[in-house]
Amino acid sequence: MKAYLFCIALLLGVAQPAAQAEVFERTLANGLKVIVKEDRRAPVVVQQIWYKAGSMDERTGVTGIAHVLEHLMFKGTHTVPAGEFSKRISAAGGRENAFTSYDYTAYFQQLHKSKLPLAMELEADRMRNLNLTAADFAKEIKVVMEERRLRTDDEAHGLLNEKMMATIYQQHPYQHPVIGWMNDLESLTVGDAQAWYRRWYAPNNATLVIAGDVKADEVFALAQRHYGAIPRRALPPQRVFIEPKQAGIKRMVVKAPAELPHLVMSYHAPTLQDPAQDWKPYALQILAGVLDGNESARLNKHLVREQQVASGAGAGYDATSRGPSLFTLEATPSEGRTVDEVEAALRGEIARLVKDGVSVEELQRVKAQVVAGEVYKRDSLFYQAMQIGQMESIGLTHRAIPVMLEKLQAVTAEQVRQVAEETLQDDSLTVAVLDPQPLSGKPKAPQGVSHAR
Amino acid sequence: MLVKSLLIAASCCVAAAALATPNIQHWQSASGAKVLFVENHDIPMLDVSVSLPAGSSFDAADKSGVAGLTHHLLDLGAEGLSEDDIARGMADIGAQFGGSFDPDRASMSLRTLSNAAERDKALDIMARVLQRPLFPEAILAREKARVIAALKEAETKPESIADKAFQKAVYGAHPYALPVSGEIASVEKITVQDLSNFYRAHYRAGGAVVAIMGDVTRAQAEAIAQQLTEKLPSADAPTALPGVAMHIPASEQRIAHPASQSHILVGAPGMARNDPDYFPLYVGNHILGGGGFVSRLMNEVREKRGLAYSVYSYFMPLKQPGAFQLGLQTKKEQADEALQLVRNTLAEFITKGPTEKELLAAKQNIIGGFPLRIDSNRKILDYLSIIGFYNLPLTYLDDFTRRVEQVNVAQIRDAFARHINPQAMATVIVGAPPASADKNGAAK
Repeated sequence: MKAYLFCIALLLGVAQPAAQAEVFERTLANGLKVIVKEDRRAPVVVQQIWYKAGSMDERTGVTGIAHVLEHLMFKGTHTVPAGEFSKRISAAGGRENAFTSYDYTAYFQQLHKSKLPLAMELEADRMRNLNLTAADFAKEIKVVMEERRLRTDDEAHGLLNEKMMATIYQQHPYQHPVIGWMNDLESLTVGDAQAWYRRWYAPNNATLVIAGDVKADEVFALAQRHYGAIPRRALPPQRVFIEPKQAGIKRMVVKAPAELPHLVMSYHAPTLQDPAQDWKPYALQILAGVLDGNESARLNKHLVREQQVASGAGAGYDATSRGPSLFTLEATPSEGRTVDEVEAALRGEIARLVKDGVSVEELQRVKAQVVAGEVYKRDSLFYQAMQIGQMESIGLTHRAIPVMLEKLQAVTAEQVRQVAEETLQDDSLTVAVLDPQPLSGKPKAPQGVSHAR
Repeated sequence: MLVKSLLIAASCCVAAAALATPNIQHWQSASGAKVLFVENHDIPMLDVSVSLPAGSSFDAADKSGVAGLTHHLLDLGAEGLSEDDIARGMADIGAQFGGSFDPDRASMSLRTLSNAAERDKALDIMARVLQRPLFPEAILAREKARVIAALKEAETKPESIADKAFQKAVYGAHPYALPVSGEIASVEKITVQDLSNFYRAHYRAGGAVVAIMGDVTRAQAEAIAQQLTEKLPSADAPTALPGVAMHIPASEQRIAHPASQSHILVGAPGMARNDPDYFPLYVGNHILGGGGFVSRLMNEVREKRGLAYSVYSYFMPLKQPGAFQLGLQTKKEQADEALQLVRNTLAEFITKGPTEKELLAAKQNIIGGFPLRIDSNRKILDYLSIIGFYNLPLTYLDDFTRRVEQVNVAQIRDAFARHINPQAMATVIVGAPPASADKNGAAK
């Protein structure tokens, strides 16, 4: 609960131009952008509020504060005591949570459509009236530390990813983990949380997404009633970081308790800036699909099934983020095989791509999944709202969603080959290896352990 | 419309809005399979799942892993189709083909566009995968190696170590103790013959439950159900599993691990899916540790003291009594404090039961949130499958809110007292705190 998301991959599936469900948008006088997606399949509604403030807006020494504040947002306001927010949503039959990423922080509730006014009232209240106390902070920071231990410190792949990001980025704040460095968590204060809240939690820094069995006009009126009186606030300029160009391959090793080694190859990659004009991010999405978009994709077929050099392999790319992106290949060697062998095998796939490109069938297969994914997406109200909120929060707009789908369909085989050649270059590569360590002589399995009765 | 309207009288405590449930059609296919179908044309897609009583509890102890590998290899080669034909065939039409596997059930599920071209192709592949799997020798060897690698990896993970030790402590020699993916030593020995034998014995049409949700007509659904099950093996129903010993001795295992947190599990055999106490136990557990941020455990452990990020309790309703389990992870140094706290919280709950106020809040959440349980094709498909597989009444969804509303404090106290004895529970602590390491072997 109160999960933070590392980064949510916008799936290959982007939106269909003629989406059946209608999207309406209005910006209140205080700058709050309200987007409504009408979908009457079930008598439910989801409210999501997205703040354009994520861990990338933190500064050295206070990493983790965006996520800590997310936790503290459940700790009460001047009129709604601590714990009451969750109790009222629960009593309304609702489900709720929140997540923090590098790029944004978002809060959501899912409820029967009749409960939307309650959810809005509560969410609007904590946009400006949060009551931060030292006592609540002291308890909640311990919870966050437990979360960090669970997800990162005791999790070999989480640790590998954290240290890899810190190696890949020299200057860009993506070098810091969303959950924050433990040492920073230990020194954060309620004052840091207060400052973060005052700086970023304002209607003109937020997007409200409402999806479900609602009428847009009624939602706009409701939003005006609950959020309309919250004053806009002067926002600090969001600093734009340009990561210095990498000038040669980086290699790193992380030792952690585990059985299997693991290898990740991360290449710097462009993100979507102009949805109508760009082509490379779309070609990279298709490339990721060719490598790992389905069971018959190249990495699984070649490395896992045919060569059996890997027990698992994957590729990933996120076209949409506020900061820079990565194109990532990863694999776990099969028993008796080494990380060097899986690296060689992954490099073999890259060489083949660059030399021979992709087949028409492969391209069509990936596009077929994009088209089908668009239809399947309609089964999840929550995901549709997510997609809108995410696009708005990274500096694009939900109106780009259908454009992106068209552009994805237009990618050519030669573009995929070309973007592979341009992107998958050693000079912009970081290779991260998990070097598994035994559990320090302790029994690995419970069999050897005394069992008291 | 996704749902049909069905007005249920507003109850005294919880004002129920107009609730709506899907119209479930039900029949037995000529093959003998049980079919549950909800027709819905809102989205041009189709979801289908086929479930069989072929989960890990049907494994023999010395062949643990056979059931899992049988299920796993279904789509890795079938009559006239190589594994790559299957994968490519589904990918070419954008179909999603998957499965799920647990102690009771082995399921295959398909999501496809409902156009005839895509639908027919996807169903043709699914039909062959389910009814004419080949279990190729070379692929079994490869997949065994992958399963073994994953099992070795799991043996280093505190959560996996804890889960395995917990199942063993709760179920002893009962097959619910068997790890769903098997043991390294038993998987190594598995042969193609083992898979074929298991398949013939357990993938019977008579045991199959077909759930169909989406954009097809009743006539099409009938044909689909028959197509997916008519060539399943015909065999006699296997002998029923032995019963679960409901009363276990108190035990505590402390297992060393270098992790910074201790992973703690406490529990015992809990309840079966068809237990008459299902609703009192479900609602009671919602109050104790199933209701998210507002549950007692969450309040005591996380909100008041900051001892853990996640703390929960649940009943795992299976054919036979699945586990009642309570869990958390916390910094080693405070593991004993946290363990004592959850034990006290549980003991107090069992002695005194919930308050009227807590019960009202839980009912409000469960009843008020009922529409969220059936707001997508995916969720409805899962309900169809469960209703069919566990022989729940077809009116299960219609009755759900009323059954919840009828629960009272005395029933919860009574049901918990009869099912859960806090003095006779299994406790597992992986990454046990160093200060307590010398307690190893001492009964608590």
